[in-house]
Amino acid sequence: MSHRIEGKGRLIDRSKTLRYTFNGKPMTGYAGDTLASALMGAGQMVMGRSFKYHRPRGAVASGVEEPNALMGIGEGGRFEPNQRATTTALFDGLSAKTQNHWPTLEFDIGAVNDLGARFLPAGFYYKTFMFPRVAWKHLFEPFIRQSAGLGAVPKEPDADRYEYAYHHTDVLVIGGGVAGLAAARAAAAGGASVTVLEQTPHWGGRAPVDGGEIDGTDPDAWVKSAVEELEKAENVTLRLNCMGAGVYDHGFVLGYERVADTTPGDDRPRHRLWRIRARQIVTATGAIERPLSFPGNDLPGVMLASAVRDYVENWGVAPGKRALIVTNNDDAYLTALSLHAAKVEVAGIVDVRPTLTGPLAERARKAGIRLMTGKALAGVKGRSGVKAALVTDLAGKGTGEAIECDTIAMSGGWSPVVHLWSHCGGKLLWDEGEALFKPDPERPPLGADGQGFVATAGAASGALGLAEALADAHEAGRRAAKAAGGTLTRKAAPKANETERQPLKPVWIMPAGAGPEKRMKMWLDYQNDVKVSDVQLAAREGYQSVEHAKRYTTLGMATDQGKLSNINGLAVLSDALGQPIPQTGTTTFRPPYTPISMGAIAGEARGELFQSIRRTPMHAIHDAAGAVWEPVGHWRRPFCFSEAGESDEEAVNREILNTRENVGMLDASTLGKILVKGPDAGKFLDMLYTNMMSTIPVGKCRYGLMCSENGFVSDDGVVVRLAEDTWLCHTTTGGADRIHGHMEDWLQCEWWDWKVYTASLTEEYAQVAVAGPKARKVLEALGGMDVSKEAMPFMTWADGTLADIPARVYRISFTGELSYEIAVPANRGAELWEKVREAGAAHGIQPYGTEAMHIMRAEKGFIMIGDETDGTVIPQDLDMSWVISKKKEDYLGKRAQQRPDMAREDRWRLVGLETLDGSVIPDGAYAVGEGLNDKGQRNMIGRVTSTYYSPTLKKGIAMGLIERGPERLGEVVDFATLDGTGTVIKARLRGTCFYDEEGAKADV
Amino acid sequence: MSDAVSPMNGATFEGFVTVSDTGPRGMITLRGAPEELARMAKALGPDLPEPLSMTAKGPVTLAWMSPDELMVLCDYDAAPGLAGKAEAAVAGAHALVAVVSDARAIYRLDGPDAADVLRKLTPARLDGAQVGTIRRTRLAQSAGAFWMTGPGLFEVMCFRSEGQYVWTLLCNAARPGSELNL
Amino acid sequence: MLILTCPYCGVEADETELAPGGEAHLKRATVGDSDEAFEAYLFARENPKGVHFERWRHAYGCGKWFLAARHTVTLEVYGTYPAQTPEPPKDIIAAVKKRLPDWEGRG
Repeated sequence: MSHRIEGKGRLIDRSKTLRYTFNGKPMTGYAGDTLASALMGAGQMVMGRSFKYHRPRGAVASGVEEPNALMGIGEGGRFEPNQRATTTALFDGLSAKTQNHWPTLEFDIGAVNDLGARFLPAGFYYKTFMFPRVAWKHLFEPFIRQSAGLGAVPKEPDADRYEYAYHHTDVLVIGGGVAGLAAARAAAAGGASVTVLEQTPHWGGRAPVDGGEIDGTDPDAWVKSAVEELEKAENVTLRLNCMGAGVYDHGFVLGYERVADTTPGDDRPRHRLWRIRARQIVTATGAIERPLSFPGNDLPGVMLASAVRDYVENWGVAPGKRALIVTNNDDAYLTALSLHAAKVEVAGIVDVRPTLTGPLAERARKAGIRLMTGKALAGVKGRSGVKAALVTDLAGKGTGEAIECDTIAMSGGWSPVVHLWSHCGGKLLWDEGEALFKPDPERPPLGADGQGFVATAGAASGALGLAEALADAHEAGRRAAKAAGGTLTRKAAPKANETERQPLKPVWIMPAGAGPEKRMKMWLDYQNDVKVSDVQLAAREGYQSVEHAKRYTTLGMATDQGKLSNINGLAVLSDALGQPIPQTGTTTFRPPYTPISMGAIAGEARGELFQSIRRTPMHAIHDAAGAVWEPVGHWRRPFCFSEAGESDEEAVNREILNTRENVGMLDASTLGKILVKGPDAGKFLDMLYTNMMSTIPVGKCRYGLMCSENGFVSDDGVVVRLAEDTWLCHTTTGGADRIHGHMEDWLQCEWWDWKVYTASLTEEYAQVAVAGPKARKVLEALGGMDVSKEAMPFMTWADGTLADIPARVYRISFTGELSYEIAVPANRGAELWEKVREAGAAHGIQPYGTEAMHIMRAEKGFIMIGDETDGTVIPQDLDMSWVISKKKEDYLGKRAQQRPDMAREDRWRLVGLETLDGSVIPDGAYAVGEGLNDKGQRNMIGRVTSTYYSPTLKKGIAMGLIERGPERLGEVVDFATLDGTGTVIKARLRGTCFYDEEGAKADV
Repeated sequence: MSDAVSPMNGATFEGFVTVSDTGPRGMITLRGAPEELARMAKALGPDLPEPLSMTAKGPVTLAWMSPDELMVLCDYDAAPGLAGKAEAAVAGAHALVAVVSDARAIYRLDGPDAADVLRKLTPARLDGAQVGTIRRTRLAQSAGAFWMTGPGLFEVMCFRSEGQYVWTLLCNAARPGSELNL
Repeated sequence: MLILTCPYCGVEADETELAPGGEAHLKRATVGDSDEAFEAYLFARENPKGVHFERWRHAYGCGKWFLAARHTVTLEVYGTYPAQTPEPPKDIIAAVKKRLPDWEGRG
């Protein structure tokens, strides 16, 4: 059964047929159709089932406010649930599936909820599933999980790509209806750069459907010329299919552009998220018609009057054969006249107003349409579609004349779309005459300068007539240009003929005397199945705040965010509470205006671009060598280099033993390297480090600890004196940027009169550590500078060349072995790595990763920032008094270390731990002492900070922070295990160094 | 020095804009008070750049980085020599000169819509960009800078370790079909 | 999403180009100062519902720290100025007073 009307359909091209599927069934529509208009054109009125009661539902609207016609669109990696059929542009190959039913749209088992609807009132879940608690986990939750949720979760990774784009504009106009276009023209004439966003694929909004005359021509023609004029203007950017999703602080706006929804697979980004900065924003977002609350107002075929008009005029679709209009205002008469002109039978107009005075009523009367005044609908007959409506007196209880019809076009008045005005704090006023909330121009959202930065235009201001809307929009555009730095144009506003309109009569439920049975069938929120009776129940149960009532009933909490239900719901609540509507107020409007895709939010940040991974110059070589990667900050470092058939643990052990017996090489490029220079550099470093750095002789290296001002260890590393006034500070891999920032902070904000400059050289150098008894042989094989003990003793450095590469070599050791760290320009790092490998081959060199490095330093008892320290550990806890200068009057952290808690004698302090049975203490294990704490747990007296199997010593080794630890060396403490048996591991406290205590191996 | 290898090693990507790695470039960080910066600029050739701008003379370009910092851009092999000149110009004064030619990567965007590639990655304003200005900013998740070298020509700088990430970003942003058509 | 003008380079920086640094104009207490004075320096913060003087770093730009006077509720910005400023400058105070005549100064 086709519902298409000949001669209507301004947006469709009947010469272009598009093929799509609906629940697997092949269907056709026309270019320019939405999915909803195509389905309706094919006679498919039922488009989904409701969320709670699984009632059959059809499209009630024609745009973004649609609550019912939600579908799963696409297949596989392009499947997306909960897409509104009314805003889904039809394309060849589209596949749509209805949702929220099982097994089929026509027969749905969940519809039994509808029969039991009286037992599922507001708050049902809260009240019912409380006790017994065990039943929640095993009975209620599994059932609810099975039946809850809207749509299906996509199962495959998104096949499309997405991106961001940043844009700056003086004036941003959101909405491309006639008001938006008028505002844009005025703003552009004032010399401002102007950007206009329109969420649909068409300019002009409702005006071409609603008719009238602008500047002596019809709205379609006016829109066409206005757009042509704006397109020609140098200072104007126009964007269709791009919704203003949210307005944020300081003129920030998100625009959601649907770039390639209708051309899947063409490799364009599917959606683009515009991040716009506007000096002024004009929201010309129009208004949304309100439903009327009468019993049975959710049946397929009951639609907004304006939507019925849209389907007829825009897409040449009649929702049915015989329509009844029910209204409280003049606007719905346009629908009656439109249907009449399209030769669709109009069964009559039911108007709640007792007398009709306006010209539109007169036109309807002249057209021979039956007018029923002072009347209301008392019910709708039909199960999955409208069969007849019961017309009764507005004040009545609910019996009356049955009028046969298959479509009911309703209008409860209009609500301006104030969302974008309100997102950033714009306040609202209640307009008693039009019964609507509209923006209060005296209380706009405020920008960085404390002045308003958002204005509304046209219907969004509450100016519902064409002439007043255009005048309002023109003025908004003029003023926005001026506020954004342009001028007030003298160009005249577009002129429109205003049709006189009879005031509406607010009616929030009909008929007025409806009893409980009927109120249970009056839907407020279609998507969440919230009815008049639910809101009234919430009021009776004490929910007085609109925000509480909303959450209790779920009114307005569905994916449509209450676009249709909000005002009706709070009017019902106000009535139930016996207070005026403005006293109840609205709920908060939050972005986005309509749901935007997760892909758009992620933008390009997925896969390879998910995170900015930092790579050393040798990254590709490591990758080819089978490196197992470990994230360290944003860097990737090789954890170990596994050979064929080798586990990671085996690889780590091999790397350690080879380093200790022969020689190993480590990519140490990630270490922070900060140049500090100036007459006051020594003084500055003495403040930064706990020990003295000003006294390092030129040519030497010294280990140092850094603390934050609250006394806790923050970083460590080797400091090198390069020249009389120049030092190079090595930091940890993760600390490089932070410590450079820390230095600049103190230099800029506290000691700005000190003569010190810093520069980060972290990225300038690739660095390779060559460690092991044969390290010197490897460097000698590279050839170049003298690396003998005499020329370069332990803890010194020298410049020279190695293998013809300019190099700076440091004799420092983190492994305890004879060790050289070679720094070369980063662009030659890969070359150095290869040459070291070649030169070392004869000496058994093997690369080692971060885990081998960690274990070797633990064997030596060297601390690791982040293991032995956690932001609560002071240097004194680490038993490293040798690194805390007693001579210095001050350093960052010194005062904090004198606070009573820091000076406490029973602090947990660092010791080595040796298990009695040679086993490895579990990571993170706590040492337990005598007695229980106030929670009945065993008292804790410390914890392990580093624990490993040492392949060198062939047993478990560990370090830990233990209460008074260094005073108790030789004692045995218990470490609790987490296996639940209460067993403990016994470990003896000892010094932290397990390997070569005298340090002879490094100093050869 | 022909052995130097930049992170993307001279790669090229053809999108709606051509993205290319410009290879090793000489770079020198200069820090000092305005007088010292002026003396170093004089020794190197170009005028002292105003805030947010660049000046050039012959193969040497000076970029304003902050009130007490300039960056010299030059041939890779020329950097050590020029650094020596700068140091000599401020001998005895408080200043810092460091060769940082290997710390960063520089890519070129070439095409009428080159600015659109940057518009996808940075909150910085691209409208009104002109030759002779430099903007340090954020490129998606990385720190970076860009400057215009001619109509439809930009150079983009980032840290070396993020060179591959930024390269991939630029190529992705330049993929055909994603023109912004502003 | 704030915009703050960096007083060093004049860039109208996007919030994502900046790094926040907490309250401005703290006076460092150190060795020789009382426990109370040091505690106040480390931990006592104004946290006003109103005008706040705060530290920002133009981290993705010139790298300089600067100070801003900002309203924590309306997000109005009264001005930004260099970090080497021990007290809020007169013109910033005047800008605040112009908008908030009853403002009584920093808490």
